[in-house]
Order: sequence, then structure tokens, then C-alpha cells
Amino acid sequence: MSRDMMPHFELYQPDTVENAIDLAKRIGEGAWIMAGGQDSLDWFKDRAKRPRAVIEITGIQGLSGIRETAEGLEIGALTTLTEIENSALVREKYSLLSTAAGRVASPQIRNIGTLGGNLCQDARCWYYRSGVNCYRAGGNSCYADTPQGLNREHCLFGASRCVAVSPSDMGTASVALDAQMVIRGPDGERVVPAEEFFIGPATDIRRMTVLKPAEILTAVRYPKTWAGAKFYFEKVADRNTWDFALVSVASALRLEGGTIREARVVCGGVECVPRRLKAVEQLLVGSPQSDEVGRLAGTTAVRGATTLNFNHFKVPLMENLVRRAIRDA
Amino acid sequence: MNEFRVAPASGLARAREDEATRYSRREFIKRVIASGAVASAATYIYGGLQGCSRQGPVPGFVERLVSLNVNGETRRVDVLPNETLAMTLRYKLGLTGTKLGCDRAECGACTVLIDDVAYNSCSVLTHSVRTRKVTTIEGIRGPNGELHPVQQAFVEELAPQCGFCTPGQVMSAVALLKRNPKPTRDECRHALSGNLCRCGAYDNYLNGVMRAAAAGAAST
Repeated sequence: MSRDMMPHFELYQPDTVENAIDLAKRIGEGAWIMAGGQDSLDWFKDRAKRPRAVIEITGIQGLSGIRETAEGLEIGALTTLTEIENSALVREKYSLLSTAAGRVASPQIRNIGTLGGNLCQDARCWYYRSGVNCYRAGGNSCYADTPQGLNREHCLFGASRCVAVSPSDMGTASVALDAQMVIRGPDGERVVPAEEFFIGPATDIRRMTVLKPAEILTAVRYPKTWAGAKFYFEKVADRNTWDFALVSVASALRLEGGTIREARVVCGGVECVPRRLKAVEQLLVGSPQSDEVGRLAGTTAVRGATTLNFNHFKVPLMENLVRRAIRDA
Repeated sequence: MNEFRVAPASGLARAREDEATRYSRREFIKRVIASGAVASAATYIYGGLQGCSRQGPVPGFVERLVSLNVNGETRRVDVLPNETLAMTLRYKLGLTGTKLGCDRAECGACTVLIDDVAYNSCSVLTHSVRTRKVTTIEGIRGPNGELHPVQQAFVEELAPQCGFCTPGQVMSAVALLKRNPKPTRDECRHALSGNLCRCGAYDNYLNGVMRAAAAGAAST
């Protein structure tokens, strides 16, 4: 099978974060910051995005690695998903993360794909990714939210012109662990809670995260409040390897004498951002960890879901996943 | 394959056609690739030149002429900034054992080892790995040209059917056995899960990996 080349771009491989930010600032709109490239290269191959210059940051020292700190765990944004999956430290204290990392894409992609890249990947709507001029691409229509639109992957909540969902498994797990995202940019460093890091179309339809041009996600901090808690992660996809979640669930529970004292339950694949189920969390606190409570949590989780023409199946799927995430954590 | 052929008008191309009658199709294609690397690169050069016409050095800007460590040899090659490793291997270095299937990191046919770890060569820029050790299916044979134990085991288990995905399956299996010489069948399944086989010979491949592990493939 013959293949052609990606369109031309200039390639920069800076060795410090400062240089990368400086380059991105200088190049301006045509700059594209790339880590493992597993999301980026597809865009270029399909000609759906045509950056003038690609700034490849994988050569920057100090942006990878898993470190235990006084506050918890800090994972460099360039740490590969395979490293997270296999880290003894992560497996011991934050197994939610290692399980989620192991469910991302395929072994080859996890070997090169990074935590930061997974968190910052763009929406996985097939219309958007094939380069049509939809709302998210700057146009004035949505091709998925139509009677004939192929929208079985699309959202149940938070639609606002765009109905794409959050594709990031690490995002779902990170929100459940109250992660803090460390961002460096032209104006210095800022730290944003994972829940605020992801933004929906109502906030800005052109972006999936709060990252501004020339800003780089450099690390993610996981507070020790959740270290060693009870976790559950499950991802349902059409293909078990490589594919994106139709619905995924991540839960973290703290129990005292059989009673849930603290809980985080987050679903992926149902909204443009990882959907934190606060109503479910409130319901769980003070309840026993049982199937009955799980069932109630599932019913609560899907309340308010607005289905599209082909994604009704996601409602019972989400309901059952949340039930399991409580019962089997 | 149109975009990779030399211009048909040249006498050289006619000479090659004569040659073709004396060589196998595979040999012929590889010769055209090897000798036509510069000519084929010309197809993209008008794009590539933009990258060369910059005024003065910019920190981090990549040089096009690189030395790649492929299968233990140092190969000098002109690599465009937007070139994937699969492109370099197949169309500039003539290493056509690495197959291009989906070109989207989905099928794993293009799997190669980079520092002994399995990567999809279709989805990594050659410039990203230019300082690292690349191993392709051509580079795993024994010192006397014998098959790698994984390949031998695949032959014995009748693992390949059409064979297109086989180089990728072999490389994923080699990577697994390098880090885990005695895997369980489940670990094999997990390690090979990024390699699609449209003939559906998954079980035969798994049998092959288990056989290679039992034969001590990791020691090679």
C-alpha cells in the first residue's frame, strides 16, 4: 500500500522548556507543540491541521520521571504511559493511574505516548478529525448532532454546539485523584486543578484544555490524600486495544468500618470533559459499599443525560459502570 | 507506489526495466528504492527547501543529514523534518521488511525496536530517534544468517497466513521476550495486542511466541 508524506513543516527540538516556550511564542499561530506525536501526526497526515513549525519537546531533560514528594506523587508530563503502567510506586499507591495507563491505546503507543500528550489530546469526533469545517474547527455547524449523523461515540452531557467527548483515559483517572496540573508558559508557572484543566465547548469550543498558546503542561501532581485508597477503573470500547472509550469510569473510595467516608467518581466518554459525578459522591458518603448503593449511584449518575440518535446505549452502560465502580472498588 | 518511482522518461528507468526481467520483483523494487533514494526525495524537496532557507541558525532547528544507527550499522541519510521512520527505512534505506499498513499507529505492521522497545515506525519522526538504536526485521537474524528463534517458532507453528503483519508480530514478540523471557500466554496476548492480523491467525502467533520462549529465544 503506498503512502504519501505529511505536508512539510519545520521541526524544532529544543532542549529546555524556556527555549520551547520562547520558540512557540516567536512562531506564533503556526506553532504546534508535540510530545510523543501519537495524536499530532494523525492530524498532519490527514491535512486537517497544517502547522508551520512543530516543536518537539521530548528531548527536554527533567520533564519525565515519577517522583514521590512530601505532598504525594509528581509525574513529569513526558513520562510514557508504559512507565506509569509498570511503576512499582504507582502500582502500590495509585493503582488507579497504572490501570488507566495500561488501558490507553496499544503497547506500541504506550511506549511512546506520554502522560501530558494523553491529557492534552484533541477531541475524537470523526467529523472534526476528518477536517470538516465544524464548530470546533471554526465553522458554523455540527455534523454529528444531526438525525443521520454518526454519533454513537458522542456525548450525553454538556453539549454546546459541539457534542464531542473527552478521549483521555488519564484525564478521567486524574480528575478522580484530585490532580494538580503544572503549566509553564511565557508568564511563568501556574498550577490548575485537573477538574478546571479540562474545558467544555461552552467555555471555548476551539480548545479541550485551559492551555493557552505557548503554554506547556510540564508535570501532574497527585496529592497523597488518595494514596492507597480503594480504586476502580474500567473502560469499555469497541476494540479492547487501541480504541477510545465509549464510556469509562474511575472511582476512588475511602472507607471507615465499612462506611464510605470520601469518594470520587468520574466518567469519561460522556461529556467533553471528564465528568465528575458530584451528586453520586454526596450520596456515597456515609453509605456502605454495597451493590444496592452502587445501583442507586448508577441511577443517579445518568440523571439528566441527553441522548443523540445513536448513543442511547451509553445510558445503561454508564449506569452499570458506575454501579460496578462502587461495588467492586 | 507512484510517488516513489523515478521519472519514467529517463534511459535509466528503461535500463532498470530490462534488469527487471533478470531479478525477482522484490529485488527489483529494492534496487529502485536503493538507487533512486535521491531522485525520490526530489519529489518533496520543494517543500523541504523551505526549512533550509532560513537565515542563520535557530536553537533547536534540526539538521537534515543524519547518521542513523540501524541494525548495528551507521547509515548516513537525508531526512526531511516531516518524515516518519517507516518512510526512511523503506524508501531511503531499502529496508522493506518493515511494512506500512494503516499509517495511523493502529495495526502494528510497521513495528520496529528502538533501544529494544517496540514502536510503530509509521508514527514516529525519524528525527525523534536519530540518536537511538533502531532494529528492524532485517536486523534480528543470527550471525550466520539463520532465522531468529521467534521467526523459527512462527514457521513451526504455521503462524503467518498472508504474512503481511508478520514482521510486526515478530518484532513485538522479540521486544516482549527481551524484557520478559518467560511470559505467560496472557502476557503474550497483551504484548501482541497492538498488532492486527486480518487473517485472524492470532492463536498461531501466540503458540509461536510460547514456543520461542520455551526454546530460550531471549538469549539471542
